[in-house]
Amino acid sequence: MIGTQLPALQVVVPLLAAPLCLALHRPFATWALTLTASALSMLVSILLLGQVLAQGVIDYAFGGWAAPFGIAYRVDLANAYVLLIVTTISTVVTIFARRSVASEVEAHNQGLFYTAWLLCLTGLLGITITGDAFNLFVFLEISSLSSYVLIAMGTERKALTAAYQYLIMGTIGATFILIGIGLLYMLTGTLNMLDMAHRLITVADSRTARTGFAFLTVGLGLKIALFPLHLWLPNAYAHAPSAVSAFLAATATKVAVYVLLRFVFSVFGVDFALGTMPLALGLAVLGTIAVLSASTVAIFQHNLKRMLAYSSVAQVGYLALGVSLATPAGLTATLLHLFNHALMKGTLFLALGCIAWRLGSVRLGDLKGLGYRMPWTMGVFVLGGLSLIGLPLTAGFISKWYLVLAALERGWWPVILVIIAGSLLAVIYIWRVIETAYLSKTNKTAGAGEAPLSMLLPAWLLAIANLYFGMHTGLSAGIATQAAAALFGIQP
Amino acid sequence: MRDNPVLRVVAKIIIPMILLFALYVQFHGDFGPGGGFQAGVIFAAGFILYGLVFGTEALRSAVPPGLLRWVISLGLILYTGVGIATMLMGSDYLAYGALAHDLIHGQHLGIFLVELGVGVTVSAVMVTIFLAFAGRNDP
Repeated sequence: MIGTQLPALQVVVPLLAAPLCLALHRPFATWALTLTASALSMLVSILLLGQVLAQGVIDYAFGGWAAPFGIAYRVDLANAYVLLIVTTISTVVTIFARRSVASEVEAHNQGLFYTAWLLCLTGLLGITITGDAFNLFVFLEISSLSSYVLIAMGTERKALTAAYQYLIMGTIGATFILIGIGLLYMLTGTLNMLDMAHRLITVADSRTARTGFAFLTVGLGLKIALFPLHLWLPNAYAHAPSAVSAFLAATATKVAVYVLLRFVFSVFGVDFALGTMPLALGLAVLGTIAVLSASTVAIFQHNLKRMLAYSSVAQVGYLALGVSLATPAGLTATLLHLFNHALMKGTLFLALGCIAWRLGSVRLGDLKGLGYRMPWTMGVFVLGGLSLIGLPLTAGFISKWYLVLAALERGWWPVILVIIAGSLLAVIYIWRVIETAYLSKTNKTAGAGEAPLSMLLPAWLLAIANLYFGMHTGLSAGIATQAAAALFGIQP
Repeated sequence: MRDNPVLRVVAKIIIPMILLFALYVQFHGDFGPGGGFQAGVIFAAGFILYGLVFGTEALRSAVPPGLLRWVISLGLILYTGVGIATMLMGSDYLAYGALAHDLIHGQHLGIFLVELGVGVTVSAVMVTIFLAFAGRNDP
């Protein structure tokens, strides 16, 4: 019986835990509850993925109202895969969060912190699993509003400005998305995505459809932080509490990319979205600029969280390049990079979280000689950094390899050059950190030792996952290939 | 405004009526215009009027922030609880039909409880927002 209820449980578990957290309000109790809820949703997402692999697409009708009229959840390979990414990262980072949050967030706010965390998780999972365009917008607002709260809880007062900036930009993005969905609703008279896709076939060549498409892509571009709409991201990630940076960097933009894929491939269809409309060209140009410019800017950052944030903008560029190829191989590369980038950015931000816990700062100058004082933490950073660069045997290499193959298949040589240039720039900004930590004279700040085990363990878990998925691509690349084929409508 | 007898007396007369009207809007929502959101806001308006006239300190002693936190969560738990109850009864999430023996009764009961949850949460959130803004300069 519980097997058929999994799609609802995926969202309901964190949604029910959130108000319980608010009521409990004690730091440890709320943390334990968050961890339980997050681990349960991870279990649900694993079971869902198993079900989808075994028996195909799962439909779930809320309140027993059948699909085009009621709100329906629809789980296929693509979103089961994203659900797994989101819940896994949330669980791992929650383990890390206890000590990190205890040192960065005031005690009386920690209950609220975990409430907002769970609501953010609810929103991200809801966006991913729903098959209803308006329901998607509602969950988008839930996740956005709670992430503004999470970012505002950062230690510095600048966190408030960063959160406010994100709030303004995020709200503009959400408004664009809502207008887009509204236009589509006006045109098709339905909010169910599957139904919308069927009805759009006959009316796609209308000004309303094109305008709706434009609003949707621009709004989603803001949420994805696609160049030049990325301006909110560096501040938000740099000033948020460490755990929040890790969680949002690894999940929030990924979910937004998934939504773009869902609308491009499942609702509008490849021919319209990447053929009739000039989205492929736009993504290719903006993706290229994002990779080159954001990587270059990252080199000049002194705050390492900000450096990683710019690197995230660059990684979004790779994702956009993959989509712009408009081939199953390109889409596979994008889906694979969603997974691998979540791993590497999670690893790097957790390493920075350990450093911030010990030093109270993540400025490059304070890291002198840290490789000898915090060897385990810096070990995590090095592994994550190598993966980010795309060294063979790491997860980052796999996604770049697939992207290069996909570009070769289309004969897009310049794209390959862009990927290589981006990797070289990544070498520079990661090397700066390694050089400071291992090769410069030790700072005289005495007493700095390792971070606690409860923070190191999740960081190492992700670091090892980077290596594992660099060598065993059965889960990541296997599912990405199948999901890409399904999104393109190719039957295996 | 505590020193103004007219305001004080009028507020005391009006507040029970506001609360009563909120309950009417809440429970008549099945048959006419109304429902949880509107009722929640009207219900909170009664408390906010009390806070405006008698001061935030008086409002805070009437509804302590700790209690408000519980009430906020209670509403959402009621909402999700109804969904989980229908799941436990072997139906889909929020399929109210499972709540009673016949479908119509089940739908009535389901909507009633869910809207009550919405009303409870909305009113507590409104009072919390009021306290957060009006109490900014309080020690």
